[in-house]
Amino acid sequence: MANKSLASRKQTVITIFVVVGFIYLLRLFYLQVIDDSYTLSANNNVLRYVTQYPARGLIYDRNGKLLVYNEAVYDLMVLPRQVKDIDTLEFCRILDITPEGFRQRLRKAKDYSRYKPSLFEKQLSKETYGYLEEKMYRFPGFFVQPRTLRKYPTPLGAHLLGYVGEVNQAMIDKNPYYKSGDYVGISGIEKTYEEELRGIKGIKIKMVDVHNREVGSFQDGLHDTIAEMGKDLYLSIDATLQEYGERLMQGKMGSIVAIEPSTGEILAFLSSPSYNPNLLVGRVRGKNFGLLLQDPVKPLLNRALMGQYPPGSTFKMVNDLVGLQEGVLTTSTHYSCQGPGSTPIRCTHNHQSPLDVYTAIQQSCNPFHWQVYRSILSNPRYKGTRENYEIWRDHVMDMGFGHKLGSDTDAELAGNIPSAESFDAIYGKGRWTSMTVRSLSIGQGEILTTPLQLANYGALLANRGYYIVPHVVKQIGEKAVDEKKFKKVISDISPSHYEIIVEGMRQVATLGTARWYQIKDITMCGKTGTAENPHGKDHSLFMAFAPADNPVIAIAVVVENAGFGSTWALPIASLMIEKYINGEVSRTQIEEDMINKRLY
Amino acid sequence: MSERNNILNEIDWKLVALYLLLISMGWINIYAAVYNEDHSSIIDLSQSYGRQMIWIVTSLFLGLVVLLTDARFFSTFAYLIYGIIILLLLAVLAFGTEISGSKSWFQIGDFAIQPSEFGKFATTLALAKFFSGQHINVKTFRTRFIPLVIIGLPALLILLQNDTGSALVYSGFILVLYRMGLSGNFLLAGVMFIIMALSTLMVGYIYVAIALVILASLLLLIIKRNRRNIVNLAALLMLGIGFVFSVNYAVDNFLGAHQKTRINVLLGKELDLRGAGYNVNQSKIAIGSGGFAGKGFLKGTQTKYNFVPEQSTDFIFCTVGEEWGFLGSMVVVVLFILLLIRVIIVAERQRSDFSRIYGYGVASVLFFHFAINIGMTIGLVPVIGIPLPFFSYGGSSLWSFTILLFIFIKQDVRRNALL
Ligand SMILES: [Zn+2]
Repeated sequence: MANKSLASRKQTVITIFVVVGFIYLLRLFYLQVIDDSYTLSANNNVLRYVTQYPARGLIYDRNGKLLVYNEAVYDLMVLPRQVKDIDTLEFCRILDITPEGFRQRLRKAKDYSRYKPSLFEKQLSKETYGYLEEKMYRFPGFFVQPRTLRKYPTPLGAHLLGYVGEVNQAMIDKNPYYKSGDYVGISGIEKTYEEELRGIKGIKIKMVDVHNREVGSFQDGLHDTIAEMGKDLYLSIDATLQEYGERLMQGKMGSIVAIEPSTGEILAFLSSPSYNPNLLVGRVRGKNFGLLLQDPVKPLLNRALMGQYPPGSTFKMVNDLVGLQEGVLTTSTHYSCQGPGSTPIRCTHNHQSPLDVYTAIQQSCNPFHWQVYRSILSNPRYKGTRENYEIWRDHVMDMGFGHKLGSDTDAELAGNIPSAESFDAIYGKGRWTSMTVRSLSIGQGEILTTPLQLANYGALLANRGYYIVPHVVKQIGEKAVDEKKFKKVISDISPSHYEIIVEGMRQVATLGTARWYQIKDITMCGKTGTAENPHGKDHSLFMAFAPADNPVIAIAVVVENAGFGSTWALPIASLMIEKYINGEVSRTQIEEDMINKRLY
Repeated sequence: MSERNNILNEIDWKLVALYLLLISMGWINIYAAVYNEDHSSIIDLSQSYGRQMIWIVTSLFLGLVVLLTDARFFSTFAYLIYGIIILLLLAVLAFGTEISGSKSWFQIGDFAIQPSEFGKFATTLALAKFFSGQHINVKTFRTRFIPLVIIGLPALLILLQNDTGSALVYSGFILVLYRMGLSGNFLLAGVMFIIMALSTLMVGYIYVAIALVILASLLLLIIKRNRRNIVNLAALLMLGIGFVFSVNYAVDNFLGAHQKTRINVLLGKELDLRGAGYNVNQSKIAIGSGGFAGKGFLKGTQTKYNFVPEQSTDFIFCTVGEEWGFLGSMVVVVLFILLLIRVIIVAERQRSDFSRIYGYGVASVLFFHFAINIGMTIGLVPVIGIPLPFFSYGGSSLWSFTILLFIFIKQDVRRNALL
């Protein structure tokens, strides 16, 4: 036997064993140490991240009346990897979708991820959910995620409150807190107070076995976080006043903003036409949003912040204040008026002449205020019209015009107090005078203000020289809102000058345009305005505060395309003031007329 | 008394120690693979680790019995034992119980026994018996033919039971044949055929055939171009191309869609994570997620929550990989290689042909199981359901491997006395 030579074959055999062992060790080293994708796959297999969505904070008015609460809905989620052997027809029947819709949704979910849950059908009704829940075990790979939707017990303050919707990709990219399918405040205080309202999402990490049965929490819940409910908001809004305002404004386009002068708290804030905020919730939101968007009266437009109107005669006191401060106007200054025959600006009516500043406010005299404005712009203390204009503009901006006030409402517009540069651009540098820009003297021309700015102007006058940045939120959760957040802005015009103006406004109420709408036992200081509207009938404006001493409410009312300020805006403002101060309205005839009148 | 002392002195404790280490580690991993808090007692018979404990104890007893049996018993009755097992394999075809697609079980109460497992040591015995005969002449047809019958008969019967994996184990005996004088060219040819078959499946038969022609042309430039070499080369080329075409033809015509998918998945041509690829993918995930040091004892999630199929039997290595990481996997692989080398070393020191050939048979069987089983869990070898020796849950295989190994240990103890 040739055993001697064959014995050397043991070396070959051992070599084969060692080589195979070595190859396996290399492979194991690769799988276990170098390639870490398997760890990820293992986690995808066994860990299911269940987001715990917190309920959004509730919203109350200043008296604790509930304005916004949450209603439970159920999102149907799908984990494509686990979907198998289900009765598709039965499933479609329960959800009321077509088999084609089923396939599409499943394909979309698969495209996103086979291992991660995605939304299959959002916001199932309670009935569908109840029906589905009993049969859930027959549909592996599907599960239900409780969510909450906003609900409004009384459909109030749609523009103020804003609405909530799903985050879009841009928001997700910008803020890593948001994940696809999350809800976020899109407008109104839902947006400005999003961080407070949304709460903090929690996450539960559960382990599942191969049949998708939960087998416990991952590492005894060490990495779980508990959802924290959003903070409740207490608004400064008076729901009764808000509701009353919305009733008065029905059938009219425009806006009402009411402010408590001493605090800057907004008492009522509305834009008309409005809409029922419940329309923009849940599955119906998309459709309704489209309808509202197409409506020619623009119900989605927040006129209180985004409507920009020439202030008209309400602006005359601004010029008087600047004139008094700059020394070009005193209580003994008199100018004469030729009524409608005056030049270069006509007066609206005939009245006593010459007249002083009190009577000029009371009579809303255009020529008087043109003279005041002219003397401001030709003040010899400074060098020329342009510098005088800039001095004037600084004063005006100080009173809260021409810039955003910084309130906590959403998307304020700045209005416009034209800059000297803009006139340079139009007329050429040094080639414009007070005569060129004379319409500014009576609040027309390029000047634009928002209803919020007008109401704030009311508060400034009521406070005789300062305002507090208007805001709607009084309290967040248990904590009162930080007062420093809404600062006190003191006008650079002496309070004694304000007293003169207030006196003039008091005469408006007793002798002037507002006398027909005086409230019993309450002195309302106000001023009407008629904003020229190149596109149609003039806008009717009124700005007021009351009572004259220790005012508790400042208000601005704008009614679009309604003609004179005294016809619409004034009575509505006076009713609002009476309602707020007295709690009820005695002048039921006026009230009825206002409510029933349709202007569009 | 002297017999006992003799055993204790002469026994190869290294083999015994490797054996004991492997079955202990095996049990620990079975325990971990199916562990759940409701059944934490280690001898709970409703759990597989509880039953495996019984199999281990009985295996140790069997090992002891083998050690106390006269060593000549096995060589004397080798053909008889082989014959009995062949009869059992026939009987199971007729009267057996079908478990997961294979009709290879005798059901006795709660326990099931698989005769094919015992075929391994019976065949090893018969092969050793044959080659240790005085009439061996490697050149004769008879010497070449009979071993093929000894190996082929049980393999065929097991194939008929629809247990392809266990039947394939018998191809491992090529190592015995090699040691007995089979030309190394066969081993080389075997490797070449495997490479040709795999590349045919992967890149297509046309390209492999072209590659073979190019290779032959290159060889023609190197070798001495006499008539004989040219004819041989041409014959080899024809054989190679013929093989490649037959593989292609066989895959297309004889394999079921299911087997084809398995092959494609292994070759990376198809990604079917739900079907055939699922097992391998999950197995790789389990092992791969173990990292360097593992997740720790009982901390594996993939095996425990059943993501890995057959996690206590064919895929037991996943638990090792997941819970003990690369370190643990390395220990297991190294222990197996050490065991295999030890078996070869011990075999080579035998003075009787029977013992030495038997030793090679043991090494062949263990190596084939080791290579296929672990290779399958790490995605290097197709999924072939055969157990990892001493590790996988199962009484028949543990008994069979124990008897297989202990007959060898006993032969070694008596190596001097037998002369
Ligand atoms: Zn006049």
